[in-house]
Amino acid sequence: MEIPRHWRLKKQRYALIGEVCPYCDGKIFPPRDVCPHCGGEARNVYPFSGKGTVYSYTVMQDAPAGYESQAPYTVALVKLEEGPVVTAQLTDLGEQAVEIGMPVEMVTRKLREDGGAKGMLIYGYKFRPVGLGPH
Amino acid sequence: MREVAVIGIGQTKIEEHWDKSLRELAGEAVLSAMADAGLDHFDALYMGNMMSGSANFQQHLGAYIADWVGQRYTEGIRLEAACSSAAAAFRTAVMAVASGEVEVAVAGAVEKMTDSPSDIITGELATAADADWERDQGISFVALNALIMRRYMHEYKWGKEAFAGFSINAHANGVNNPNARFRSPISEQDYVRAPMVADPINVMDASPLGDGAAALVLVPAEKVRSAPGQPRIRVVGSGAATDTIAVHSRQVPLWLSAAEKSARQAYAQASLRPEEIDLFEAHDAFSIMAALSLEACGFAEPGKAPLLALEGEIRPTGRIPIATMGGLKARGHPVGATGLYQLVEVVQQLRGQAGANQVPGAKIGMAQNIGGSGSNIIAHILRADE
Ligand SMILES: [Zn+2]
Repeated sequence: MEIPRHWRLKKQRYALIGEVCPYCDGKIFPPRDVCPHCGGEARNVYPFSGKGTVYSYTVMQDAPAGYESQAPYTVALVKLEEGPVVTAQLTDLGEQAVEIGMPVEMVTRKLREDGGAKGMLIYGYKFRPVGLGPH
Repeated sequence: MREVAVIGIGQTKIEEHWDKSLRELAGEAVLSAMADAGLDHFDALYMGNMMSGSANFQQHLGAYIADWVGQRYTEGIRLEAACSSAAAAFRTAVMAVASGEVEVAVAGAVEKMTDSPSDIITGELATAADADWERDQGISFVALNALIMRRYMHEYKWGKEAFAGFSINAHANGVNNPNARFRSPISEQDYVRAPMVADPINVMDASPLGDGAAALVLVPAEKVRSAPGQPRIRVVGSGAATDTIAVHSRQVPLWLSAAEKSARQAYAQASLRPEEIDLFEAHDAFSIMAALSLEACGFAEPGKAPLLALEGEIRPTGRIPIATMGGLKARGHPVGATGLYQLVEVVQQLRGQAGANQVPGAKIGMAQNIGGSGSNIIAHILRADE
């Protein structure tokens, strides 16, 4: 289910492709049709660096359907260095304690499994602590 | 525009109503509000509800409930604005009567959440957030509020125990409300030791779901007179505003802009200042939401709402009583019906019918119903005439 919806989002999910507003130069993620900063039409593609810091975080003990196999996991608000904040999971934490202000970078990982072995796998961005080597 | 008065209220107890259907529950509240108003007929029914389509496989609640309560042929629609659905129904009813188009309007609301498995309900609650950019990251509705609460504690340097007063007050008031889901008091120890749901939100921060329905009858104020012990209750302010659907898109995630905007609209219509409000039914779905709502409505400076709780100012005898009949925390949170419980309780207070929880001399009461994590907020101010 929902295959077209996930297909439509893959550029943004795999590579943090957002927009830059041609009128006010505001950086926009996730993409919108109307710039939230100035109200102008937002259509120019802008790839985000994937670097940011943790703005807030919590731990999901009881995961929603499709996410159970990964629980418990940490979800965060990540403030991207270009300005926007995104909701995303933190990954590759190991023993590292999460803190507000901690620098993180984007990686592409499996987000969700739908409907067992034959179901759809959904990939997308997560963030990991900076300085953990190549992915 | 005409002035509008509330002449009838009805509510069911909030619990797991295994023995009652969606329409029996809604019908009970609507019929009891009509009996309270002394009316056997109304012209329009505005039903608030969030999830009956998936939780009960039943939509189309306008006709469904109008037919059930013996009012077929009347106008009837359902309004949905996530957890603020009920206040949306009330505001629609107020506008219908104020416009001169409708003489007797009923605002009803129902949510029947315990007929479906809890994972269905949890998933349904998450539909109030952004499916593409919040829910797909594996986040729940509770966790979104946890993100806000942790940041709040970080920026304003509050410890977890600073929020205990919200839950303690709500539970203390729920004891005296026969319609409340929880009727036992809790201590600070109970709060501090409560298991975490999504850190820093524990089970004593989070409101319980449940089945419930509530209703109010509205008519033009010019047709109502105050009588001894039966003051006329007018709707003197009504405001509504939206904000970004996703928490991460907010200009300032710790400030409920839609709460501020809806409250300011209501204050301006009523020509009142926050200091003149005698009680405030805040949307304490989580302790942090009560705090943010108090701040955005002008009852506390940003970052200072926990002080109100710590100093006892939110109790029935305090400066700005909240959750006077238990709030969402103890009375319960049947999501799409909650906003009408808040308004029914304001009317109880203004009539002097709040029993042991009566706010002394209450003449002006406000209710604020929050949808999503602050993305749709509706405020009303009611006033009792001498
Ligand atoms: Zn712009």
